Amino acid sequence: MSASAATRRHVLPGFGVSLGVTLAWLGLIVLVPLAALAIRPWELGVAGVIRTLAEPRVLAALRLSFGAALLATAIAAPLGLLMAWVITRYHFPGRRVLDALVDLPFALPTAVAGLALTALFAPNGWLGVPLAAIGVQVAYTPVGVVVALVFVALPFLVRTVEPVLRDLSPEAEEAAATLGATRPQTIRRVVLPTLWPALLTGFGLGFARAVGEYGSVIFIAGNVPMVSEIAPLLIVTKLEQFDYPAASAIGLAMLLMALLILFGLNLWQRALRRGRA
Amino acid sequence: MSGAAIADPRSLRWLAIATAVVLTVAILLLPLAAVFAEALRRGWEPALEAILDEDSLAAVRLTLLVAAIAVPVNTIGGIAGAWAITKFDFPGRRLLITLIELPFSVSPVISGLVYVLLFGAQGFLGPWLREHDIQIIFALPGLVLATVFVTFPFVARTLIPLMQEQGRDEEEAAATLGAGGWDIFRRVTLPNVKWALLSGVLLCNARAMGEFGAVAVVSGHIRGQTNTMPLHVEILYNEYMFVGAFAVASLLALLGLVTLGAKALLEALARRRMGDAA
Amino acid sequence: MTVEVVNVVRRFGATAALEGVSLSLRPGEFAALLGPSGSGKTTLLRILAGLDFPDGGEVRIAGADVAAVPARERGVGVVFQNYALFRHMSVAENVAFGLRVRARAHRPPEAEIQRRVRELLELVQIPELAGRYPEQISGGQRQRVALARALAIEPQLLLLDEPFGALDALVRKEVRRWVRGLHERLGITSILVTHDQEEAMEMADRLAVMEAGRIVQFDTPRALLEAPATAFVAGFLGEATRLLVRIQGRVARASEFGLEDIAVELPDGEALLFLRPHEVRIEPAHAAQGVVRFVRPEGAGGARVLAEIGGRMIEGISTTEPARGDACRIRLLSGTVFHSEGGQFRWQRQEAWATR
Repeated sequence: MSASAATRRHVLPGFGVSLGVTLAWLGLIVLVPLAALAIRPWELGVAGVIRTLAEPRVLAALRLSFGAALLATAIAAPLGLLMAWVITRYHFPGRRVLDALVDLPFALPTAVAGLALTALFAPNGWLGVPLAAIGVQVAYTPVGVVVALVFVALPFLVRTVEPVLRDLSPEAEEAAATLGATRPQTIRRVVLPTLWPALLTGFGLGFARAVGEYGSVIFIAGNVPMVSEIAPLLIVTKLEQFDYPAASAIGLAMLLMALLILFGLNLWQRALRRGRA
Repeated sequence: MSGAAIADPRSLRWLAIATAVVLTVAILLLPLAAVFAEALRRGWEPALEAILDEDSLAAVRLTLLVAAIAVPVNTIGGIAGAWAITKFDFPGRRLLITLIELPFSVSPVISGLVYVLLFGAQGFLGPWLREHDIQIIFALPGLVLATVFVTFPFVARTLIPLMQEQGRDEEEAAATLGAGGWDIFRRVTLPNVKWALLSGVLLCNARAMGEFGAVAVVSGHIRGQTNTMPLHVEILYNEYMFVGAFAVASLLALLGLVTLGAKALLEALARRRMGDAA
Repeated sequence: MTVEVVNVVRRFGATAALEGVSLSLRPGEFAALLGPSGSGKTTLLRILAGLDFPDGGEVRIAGADVAAVPARERGVGVVFQNYALFRHMSVAENVAFGLRVRARAHRPPEAEIQRRVRELLELVQIPELAGRYPEQISGGQRQRVALARALAIEPQLLLLDEPFGALDALVRKEVRRWVRGLHERLGITSILVTHDQEEAMEMADRLAVMEAGRIVQFDTPRALLEAPATAFVAGFLGEATRLLVRIQGRVARASEFGLEDIAVELPDGEALLFLRPHEVRIEPAHAAQGVVRFVRPEGAGGARVLAEIGGRMIEGISTTEPARGDACRIRLLSGTVFHSEGGQFRWQRQEAWATR
């Protein structure tokens, strides 16, 4: 097929321009810079990269970042499901306000969120005082990291589950009821299975955001090395020491691990959809 | 409305609603209230003073400037990407969508880091830039690049699903009636997606003005020069100027609230437009 | 305006949607592309509209090769399957669109556009809907808007892609007669794509029956019914009972089903016997050859009867109205036999009394 034939294949005009702009935009802003990240660590040699990542402080930071992100998203999942259920299924005064507030973490700058959570959970904060009374300290501990990440991940879960729940026709549930299913049976066997793929999508989005989160975390975390220091902060520290290769090694490791987990979630979700089809 | 057969028991319903409300208040609303409370701890005057401080105002100006460049870039890119992906068939469309969404999976710190690796003093292009006396990192271009990276997918992501759902019928009809590319976009496509586009631009703008991690890496924190509002908040906080920090933070929080309000309004408008139709 | 399609091929990946399609229309003709879904009729229509492009072959409209001319320069009017009305524009704005997007040099002045829109809306009998939006009007009205919009650009060729599919049965009959009437008045060469044979038979001067990317027959409705080119055409158009029979020594062995054998001029092998209901007489009998299973009374005391014989159902006509379960005799008046390896034979009973 000649070049002219290939271009006239498109019915609507503007293919060349729009794809050109898209590729330039994507290439210059995203792909070339990410290529720099993929290349830079190897100045250290393979052994050097492994040595950098095997440093106890680096390992501890990666463990905290990924562990806290997974835990926080796992906590946010049932909470998000509950919120989505309440927003879509029930009518009560203030539902609209609740609905709008869910997006707050999307719209609130991360540094503000971090500051706010710190003020709230600090030993003299509104929630810090009662929590201290029962012997729980949130601010300046790994618990604080998890709390901040739940805040960040929650809207992703609500907003991905919500449309599916809204579109779910009541007829399927009514059919289940006519067939003699109890309400819990209906929810477990009819409603939840259709929500799984959306929940997984939301989990992936929330996790991706949480694992790299910086602004909402660093104020509340206390940033004690080996205890409450997250990986992104360690990257900043390395950069401030002008240790570019180490910073990029940690960055690359983070990015690859995150993408791997997202890819795994994607496969799981595909298997679920296939199983249903 | 769901029928009686599948209505949840009253007690359960109220328990669920109560839990959701408590949750919302505790982890969403209280933090917001805390910001304003901390800012006004010593009354209006110190808070206003902190905002009207010269460095604060410089930070506001810089934040507006960065957003004024980054948001249009991503709007144009996002529209072009959505148009290419939804109006044409070509191999690699799925890959292109994945790549456009990639920045959402990248830590903000890494988003800043990649530009330091390219343009920093020891970056790939660092020596060349120094020779030609071009400053990117620790300067406006670096802030803009990092912000564009972080807010990259917003517009494309809101447009692509909607335009995919709307299909190509109307555009094809316009083509058979003799409309050219610009006419098709302006008269047929744009009116159908304008509310979604506006909402994507709003979210993009909110994130651009509020971005912290990515700009923290490329900024160098030079007061009055490379300090955006979120960075200024951090500096004030680290210097124990809490009222100032929370006052500037309140300004940013207001921006978030305005964004939320505008987004809700847009959605209501879009809904009403559809409601009219029905 | 003549339309000529010569040997057009269109592939989607490995599968061919059109495998060498040729078609020639006379000026002012109303043609229909008829076929099951996936037979390539919509692909052919899109190629004519300039919304798709052939991998091979020629498309000529009014003698000019338009294969490489994009939709916007073709001036072909299209009524889309779901109308594709611009949902954010009023009815009048929809109709005016094709005039407003013209290059300034060819664009009529606004007053002229208004006048033309009014004229067109009167032509399609909905002048009172000018200010409404597509969501505010009924399916039949949308259909008229789509037609007015397509006519606004004064097309030399009008393409209608399943235009009645979205209408309910009652409105559909009325609208299609009206569209055909409009065609009589305007005389624009038109092509209708449909999978509804009744619609195609009623509206079109000539029908192209499509199967698996080919046009198997292009002819008048009567010719298609009376002389179908293949078993597919015979099966697709009109009602028929289909029997798989063996041919041995110039005889189609219909006796295997309890019917009489039929003499045919075909070689030995397998064949399909098509029997239209009016070719089969069902008569009361005592020696039960078959049993009446379903009866639908028709005018003049007669009935349409479904009879079971040798485990098969055969549909035919009775001059009386039998009851369910009655014994009956089945007499064939005529039929068409299609040999599995090609070739067909039209059989007709010779006796004069058979056609009483």
